[in-house]
Amino acid sequence: MTDLNTLTRTWSGTHGTDPFGELDLRLTDTCLRDGSHHKRHQFTATEVHDIVEALDTSGIPVIEVTHGDGLGGSSFNYGFSRTPEQELIRIASETAKRAKIAFLMLPGVGTKDDIRAAQDNGGQICRIATHCTEADTSIQHFGLARELGLETVGFLMMSHTQPPEVLAKQARIMVDAGCQCVYVVDSAGALIMEQTSDRVAAVVAEIGDVADVGFHGHENLALGVANTVAAARAGATQIDGSVRRFGAGAGNTPLEAFIGVCDKLGWRTGVDFLQIVDASEDVIKPAMPEECELNRMTLMMGYAGVYSSFLKHAGNAADRYGVSGAKILLEAGRRKLIGGQEDQLIDIALMLKAEQDKQAANA
Amino acid sequence: MSKLTAAIVGPGNIGTDLMYKLLRSDVIEPRWMIGVDPSSEGLKLAAEKGLESTHEGVDWLLKQDELPDLIFEATSAYVHREYAPRYEEAGIRAIDLTPAAIGPAVIPPVNGETHVDAMNVNMITCGGQATIPMVAAVSRVAPVSYAEIVASVSSMSAGPGTRANIDEFTRTTSSGVREIGGATEGKAIIILNPAEPPMIMRDTIFCAADPDADRDAIIASVFAMEKAVQEYVPGYRLLQEPQLDDPSPATRGALKVSIFVEVEGAGDFLPPYAGNLDIMTAAATQVGQNIARSLLVEQ
Repeated sequence: MTDLNTLTRTWSGTHGTDPFGELDLRLTDTCLRDGSHHKRHQFTATEVHDIVEALDTSGIPVIEVTHGDGLGGSSFNYGFSRTPEQELIRIASETAKRAKIAFLMLPGVGTKDDIRAAQDNGGQICRIATHCTEADTSIQHFGLARELGLETVGFLMMSHTQPPEVLAKQARIMVDAGCQCVYVVDSAGALIMEQTSDRVAAVVAEIGDVADVGFHGHENLALGVANTVAAARAGATQIDGSVRRFGAGAGNTPLEAFIGVCDKLGWRTGVDFLQIVDASEDVIKPAMPEECELNRMTLMMGYAGVYSSFLKHAGNAADRYGVSGAKILLEAGRRKLIGGQEDQLIDIALMLKAEQDKQAANA
Repeated sequence: MSKLTAAIVGPGNIGTDLMYKLLRSDVIEPRWMIGVDPSSEGLKLAAEKGLESTHEGVDWLLKQDELPDLIFEATSAYVHREYAPRYEEAGIRAIDLTPAAIGPAVIPPVNGETHVDAMNVNMITCGGQATIPMVAAVSRVAPVSYAEIVASVSSMSAGPGTRANIDEFTRTTSSGVREIGGATEGKAIIILNPAEPPMIMRDTIFCAADPDADRDAIIASVFAMEKAVQEYVPGYRLLQEPQLDDPSPATRGALKVSIFVEVEGAGDFLPPYAGNLDIMTAAATQVGQNIARSLLVEQ
């Protein structure tokens, strides 16, 4: 019988020992990027400083800091940033003693100039996200990032919408363009364990000899940790999560819980469990507007396969036009909207309002 | 009325769709289709339609005894940057459908007549053609400090040029939002959506207008602009009445104007969902015809 707890691929297996010692899995905390959605992009300089300090001290090796929708995301469509993201990246870089600072960019939203600025502000890892069928829009950005000497990560968003073999092909496009690690990204929190491991395994089979594979989960069906364990067993060696789930939708894989699970399974993450649990209570919680919870809206996202960052925008449109937020999300799923199309939620709300008004007139 | 001659450079989706529109023009005769790939479907199609088609590129065209009056460039920004000086040297007017942005930018219902004398005019981007008219519709009745456009197009309709040069799309479009749209600051976002069946192009235009602006004037101006664009793109339509949000911290103190449009193509070459390509070729045809009319008057 195979021992499930022995990982076939480990971070140190492909990269050797790094400053964090022997790591089976290399973790990225994304509460200062994915959590930006939950925070409606209102992070202050002090919060970013304190969170980076706490995560860094606990031994988290990578911390992602950017507007939720990536570089250049501050906008009407996604919400304006309270503090310019480049300033937050700079503060994070100045605060972190050991952790590397990562930043996210979406081709079509941010540009190469934003990548250059993020590097100037101390960002070391450039993460480029595309919808999982549109990897070829990232080629010029990976090229630039490598030229600048940045470490690169590719994000295949909404991975639940495509079968493993399609993801593998898209991963190949990113790797050929200069991407060093491709993430299977469950943006809608819609994957169920075997669907995760099949996708990760297909990407490992395609690019595993030359690049790493990662997994980024959401909690909309409460499967963040379970999916991440499945991903690691299938060969993912870079793992995303957010302490206290601080992320879009019902939040990300709760990183502190996953670290505890790794301790139990004997997987080395380099993070001190007790310290990260303290950070969760003492530093992360006070910065959160409210806990990330499983409720009618967030469950709907996992159920209908809707991009997690739509949550707050659907809520806004529902309030503004007096229609059901859950119905907005279901319609977004039916229309097969993808990440970035937040503007369409207003159109959906107006359509629902027109229907509602018509019914009221007929009643 | 006599016609001016035109060459289309780039027999891809845009070039081929443009050919169908130019074949209907009463002032332009599309005579050449120029490509570089002998197996190009677009070249084959152009030959069937009676155009002289070659895969030997612009170098071949410029060696001919008879040169076109107009060149429609439907390749990529990089290719156009390389060849534009040679067109000008040869005295050929260029209508540039790439985001190269060498010449002044033109949006037919906003500044369609302004640059008829320019040797090179630029059509910005498909997203720009679909959204800048609406930015201008607001800015002509109220000061706009910031405008942002979101263009969603079907993946099927985004060719390799757009994909490889997505930064050029956002940069060129946002400068058009400022310079022709009349917003002080501009931002552009593009989304490629792979949904099946393919989605019809949708665009959202957000404007931060002066808090004291005349709201009725804004709405009337937006509806008038819809009509003006429909004259050359019949499938251009507002999905909703323009939405006005009162000034608040979330709107950064401005009157937020949100405009939602859909662009259904004429289906000349690509299916109607590809409104992004249709509005580009329809606008280029308009601009080419304006230039042709002005040259024909001079003659």
